[in-house]
Amino acid sequence: MITAISLPFLAKKPIDLPPIVSIELIQITDKTNIPFAPKAKKIIEKIKEKEKKLVSEQAPPKKVKKIKPDAVPMPEDKLEKVEKIKEDKQNPEKIDNEIKQVSEFEKDELFDPNNIAALIDKSKTESAESLKKSNKITQDQQRNVENAGLSLSEEDALKAQIFGCWSIPLGLPYNEDLLVRIKLQLNPDGTVSQSEILDHARMNRPGQGFYKVLAESALRAVKLCQPLRVPTTGYERWKELQLNFDAREMLEG
Amino acid sequence: MFRILIICLVFFSPSKLIALIEVDITRGNLNPLPIAVSPLSIDENSRKNFEKILKKKDIGSEISIVVEKNLKTSGLFNPLNKDAFLQAPDIANLKPRFEDWNLIKAQALITGKVSFVDDKLRVEFRLWDVLAGKEMMALAFTTVPNNWRRVGHIITDKVYERLTGEKGYFDTRIIYVAEDGPKTRRIKKLAIMDQDGANNKFLTLGNELVLTPRFNPTSQMVTYLSYFKNLPRVYLLDIETGMQEVVGDFPGMTFAPRFSPDGKKIIMSFAKDGNSDIYTMNLENRIVEKITNHPSIDTSPSYSPDGKYICFNSDRSGYQQIYIMKNDGSGVKRISFGKGLYGTPVWSPRGDLIAFTKLHKGKFYIGVMRTDGSGERLLTENFYQEAPSWSPNGRVLIFYRETETDDKGKGFSAKLWSIDLTGYNERLVNTPTDASDPSWSSLLSN
Repeated sequence: MITAISLPFLAKKPIDLPPIVSIELIQITDKTNIPFAPKAKKIIEKIKEKEKKLVSEQAPPKKVKKIKPDAVPMPEDKLEKVEKIKEDKQNPEKIDNEIKQVSEFEKDELFDPNNIAALIDKSKTESAESLKKSNKITQDQQRNVENAGLSLSEEDALKAQIFGCWSIPLGLPYNEDLLVRIKLQLNPDGTVSQSEILDHARMNRPGQGFYKVLAESALRAVKLCQPLRVPTTGYERWKELQLNFDAREMLEG
Repeated sequence: MFRILIICLVFFSPSKLIALIEVDITRGNLNPLPIAVSPLSIDENSRKNFEKILKKKDIGSEISIVVEKNLKTSGLFNPLNKDAFLQAPDIANLKPRFEDWNLIKAQALITGKVSFVDDKLRVEFRLWDVLAGKEMMALAFTTVPNNWRRVGHIITDKVYERLTGEKGYFDTRIIYVAEDGPKTRRIKKLAIMDQDGANNKFLTLGNELVLTPRFNPTSQMVTYLSYFKNLPRVYLLDIETGMQEVVGDFPGMTFAPRFSPDGKKIIMSFAKDGNSDIYTMNLENRIVEKITNHPSIDTSPSYSPDGKYICFNSDRSGYQQIYIMKNDGSGVKRISFGKGLYGTPVWSPRGDLIAFTKLHKGKFYIGVMRTDGSGERLLTENFYQEAPSWSPNGRVLIFYRETETDDKGKGFSAKLWSIDLTGYNERLVNTPTDASDPSWSSLLSN
């Protein structure tokens, strides 16, 4: 009684709170069980047919995307653009064009390594000439380059591209081992023919929700970045590539 | 010998020497994830029924707007403009045309539908990975129609958790002190609202001064301080039933009662014999236990989420600094060593950080540091701000900020603000009156 009188409240009514929401789970599968709309199916098939035609007649579709990724291309536009790309292909300035398409942030990063690489190559040639080394040694060097990984500039270019595509899930803990390794099979044009998470089983283990989120974000980054900015030569070297995604540095701040 | 040579040649041929190239990706962008929130579709019959009950023309759109706003305020998502959508909301029954959503650069897509079933609101939603072209999640909720906003919050929590890996904080409430009137004669009431500022309700009429409301981490219970006949008194309020209870009268200056992580104790500071120390009170048997025993002023205690440690504020070094100790008061250790004065330490629900208020060269800062005092980061600076409170997932802090008055004492205001751990996503939290001393609840749907 004393307690009730001493309270500072005048409003004694219980607070009107809504009842608890009941949650019902729908079965979740990898493939949706929603029926495919006949109309949508037709449209997608049409688009796919057009894309096929373009691929067989002219050039890889990725180039079309690179030129104008925001626009829904009209059929006429597509052909024109593809022709332009064909011209570009024969043009040695193509690398510059590609660099222009990345963000301002990446531009700076990409510019220097490429130039440095060019300078290194040049200096190598010059020194080789001055020292008059035999052809045999040059072949060995060439073999070493092929057998080694990517050059610094090549690796930097690839990294810079993927940095831009990878949206790091900021909710992940920084103090856990969350390294995601993805093995890629690449086509010569840098598109990904196959991607495989090396520790795929971990994704479905209980208590590995963070790993799953990170792995999915890494896969999204690879898909978003296609075609990857790979070297123009030495396909055998990089046709298989392993990307190790590690967000700890970023999450730690 | 010849055979051995052949085997050696096969094994050491140049093609076999090519090792798998590994590239370490240690950086990414922190841009918000582009997400498309398609308005939830609704059939004509359901639409009419909900319009009658809720006076809302299109409840599907209204729920999707709640989701969209939540995602945007988190700072981690960028909901795309609906005008750019190429597919209509009726795709709830179909597999989306991922090409269409790819074109507008969406990386995730939310679709769904609302229906009126047995006088209840049934909401189905699906989350799609647009780039992978697959479904990530599908859930349905059934509730009374008036609960539609909470459904929006719960959907956001589920989407947030699926895409970021940590639990959301949208189906939560904030209790705070609503303030009105001139600075010298403020009327202070307890008020509660949803985390997005909706459904604001005043819990007291302002007859008594109320201070420092704090949520129980395990239930919808609140502890706060009120002055009854100019004496500080600690109260418990059950938000669900409206029942209130006096915990006790305490001598002298009493400060900031706060619950233990299991909700069974409250911890606070009060001045006995002129010296302020930290005490706990067991809520079952009301036994009060003294935790610190030092001639200095010890205040603002806050438990670690496992209940084993307490962080608090003390001037035992000569200046106000942050200390941690074991829950029995032993092992006191100073953790703040930066310039300035530190106060109001609050342990993160994740356990990894301690939030604090800092005063340095006349400016107030809200910051965080690790529990060993390392990695201090100041998130925001202003004329006057204090009292940070963590969102239940330990990602966002809510605090209050006061503006400077002019020479005539005018222009004063106190508002609630939120900021996330990146320090970039600072937002004003809308309240109908001035506001201070916010406290964030745990998730309601847990």
